[in-house]
Amino acid sequence: MSADILQEVTQNDYKYGFTTDIETDIIPIGLSEDVVRLISKKKNEPQWMLDFRLKAYRHWLTMKMPEWAHLNIPEIDYQSIAYYAAPRKNAPKSLDEVDPELIKTFEKLGIPLEERMALSGIAVDAVMDSVSVKTTFKESLGKLGIIFCSFSEAVENHPDLVQKYMSSVVPYTDNFFATLNCAVFSDGSFVYIPKGVRCPMELSTYFRINAINTGQFERTLIIADDDSYVSYLEGCTAPMRDENQLHAAIVEIVAMKNAEVKYSTVQNWYPGDKNGNGGVYNFVTKRGICKGENSKLSWTQVETGSAITWKYPSCILLGDNSSAEFYSVAVTNHHQQADTGTKMLHIGKNTSSHILSKGISAGVSQNSYRGLVKINPAAENARNFSQCDSLLLGDKCGAHTFPYMEVNNDTAIVEHEATTSKINEDQIFYCNQRGISTEDAVGLIVNGYAKDVINKLPMEFAVEAQKLLQITLEGSVG
Amino acid sequence: MLEIKNLHANINGKEILKGLSLSVNAGEVHAIMGPNGAGKSTLSSVLTGNPAFTVTEGDVTFNGKNLLELAPEDRSREGIFLSFQYPVEIPGVSMVNFMRTAVNEHRKYKNLEPMSASDFLRMQREKKELVEMDNKLANRSVNEGFSGGEKKRNEIFQMAMLDPKLSILDETDSGLDIDALRIVANGVNKLKRPDNASIVITHYQRLLDYIVPDFVHVLYDGRIVKSGGKELALELEERGYDWIKQEVDGK
Ligand SMILES: Nc1ncnc2c1ncn2[C@@H]1O[C@H](COP(=O)(O)OP(=O)(O)O)[C@@H](O)[C@H]1O
Ligand SMILES: [Mg+2]
Repeated sequence: MSADILQEVTQNDYKYGFTTDIETDIIPIGLSEDVVRLISKKKNEPQWMLDFRLKAYRHWLTMKMPEWAHLNIPEIDYQSIAYYAAPRKNAPKSLDEVDPELIKTFEKLGIPLEERMALSGIAVDAVMDSVSVKTTFKESLGKLGIIFCSFSEAVENHPDLVQKYMSSVVPYTDNFFATLNCAVFSDGSFVYIPKGVRCPMELSTYFRINAINTGQFERTLIIADDDSYVSYLEGCTAPMRDENQLHAAIVEIVAMKNAEVKYSTVQNWYPGDKNGNGGVYNFVTKRGICKGENSKLSWTQVETGSAITWKYPSCILLGDNSSAEFYSVAVTNHHQQADTGTKMLHIGKNTSSHILSKGISAGVSQNSYRGLVKINPAAENARNFSQCDSLLLGDKCGAHTFPYMEVNNDTAIVEHEATTSKINEDQIFYCNQRGISTEDAVGLIVNGYAKDVINKLPMEFAVEAQKLLQITLEGSVG
Repeated sequence: MLEIKNLHANINGKEILKGLSLSVNAGEVHAIMGPNGAGKSTLSSVLTGNPAFTVTEGDVTFNGKNLLELAPEDRSREGIFLSFQYPVEIPGVSMVNFMRTAVNEHRKYKNLEPMSASDFLRMQREKKELVEMDNKLANRSVNEGFSGGEKKRNEIFQMAMLDPKLSILDETDSGLDIDALRIVANGVNKLKRPDNASIVITHYQRLLDYIVPDFVHVLYDGRIVKSGGKELALELEERGYDWIKQEVDGK
């Protein structure tokens, strides 16, 4: 399969870099209590939501940007960012009401907004800048009792669920970027799978930054009730812009008894140009809790975009016999920097976690894995296995591994393995000699290296991810 | 088919090929023998375009084309195949995927459609039998964990898959036991046709019992210093290389 894909892929540039010319409702740049109130007002929010935002904002003022990551983050002027931008037509009720330019944009991105494109079997929520544009399949999912809607709609229509679970996994005080998100978040997706329901299709959110000088602060909340199952996909792209764009999202997942949640991300925010100009700063807090017994949570991420990535999809293993997985491929090229990994907190008995991280660095990029495995005193018979591999293309890039372990129970078994390898010229020449170009050779080797992770993705995403890996690395060898 | 004239090449500034000339016609088998370090592998690297080597002088034409101007992958697609002295391991890349990419790149070069999966698998099965290659090997990563003999067989398997016009076998016999040697030689012989040619680089005459050469050349100190028929190989086996060295260095 991969051979065909590799043949298709010939272009060198970030192909999602176009902008969409639509009317945008954008508030002036800058951040203050008034701005927080304005966002809340624009969204017609209830008082409790405004109170939550203000509480977070006031706390944020007391916080400092974290400095522990292996990242060189330029000074960010939080007063030069616009915190809310929306396509002018608000809350479309049917596809006819959606701006045709917007539909074109998502078509260009290959996102099936129209239900007749349902052949691909994916329900999509598309978030452009700050606002959820349209959620497909809402009705058919509704018959099963599944709620899949924008976060704003959930606030309006399911306030009890939102109030119960929002910020129950990532507290508003959690960290600088998460707290900022709590104050100014604009929209995002909300999922509730009722007891005993297996969601019959992949649910997907597609995030797109379009407007200039705007930050994107979305939040996603997924609740899988007892004995339920859902697989959720998240994709993201942004136009090419010379200035940096800030993206600070929160994803919270709650898995109840016997529930299983799979969360897959293909992150392809604009990475900046070859010289390190522009690109998205991707500071994301993703965390799930295996709350009930036998619950299961799995994070799969393919990170190819962003100028700077700071992201640690984590899991709290609270329920006995619960298990969690983290599968990651992070690619950095040119001047990209990534500090990504996971945290596995074992609290319940017989909990197990599996970490598989594949870093690929090229150009002058820096790629770090940072992971914490913590076994609490009560976590009898906890198991963890971590495998962290790094692949280097060239000798000007860096790969770093920072595994932390805190084991507070003697019955735990925690294992960690790490390897570093390099694509060498002999391998490339061997491929060349068989008629395979250097670009294709790198694609073959990289996809081979990453396939254990790629294979965890749903089919449609796996194909996209393979292409992305190759595009991201074009021109990095030879 | 192949015309090498006064070829000079160096690696890291050190001159290895020092005015090598050789011409190979369709249908011919040429054996190149010579002591260790003479430049045999360098010749195969230079012909296939290994970027580690720099050509400083001379011409090479292949079927009328200036070979030295072609990228390594295009030389392959033009029909030059090298069975490496030391085949490289490529972890994570399955043989099937690797070969399918290679075959389809060759086809694309000839403006042919990619091969269907079923045609490809059929061809792969056929060619595997030719070198009596284990089924398991085709499902593993390229050369990863293969024994020395398996790697060499795998080279001939790939050669069969790509159906080259000119194959260069660089010490394909070294490290093979007698059974493996026979299998490899058999494979090579079955692939021989009036319209293709091979250059067989070897240390030992024993391979030439199986692959009978039309010409035998002695490569010494970066040049072909002696050429003859297959009897030259026997003479070298008997007398070693010292008399050649003396002949050359004495001059
Ligand atoms: N990478 C290299 N750097 C420097 N010298 C090399 C390199 N590769 C080969 N050589 C030298 O080139 C000469 C010819 O080597 P080679 O072509 O491998 O010989 P042969 O195949 O005839 O044994 C030897 O002296 C060897 O040491
Ligand atoms: Mg040699």
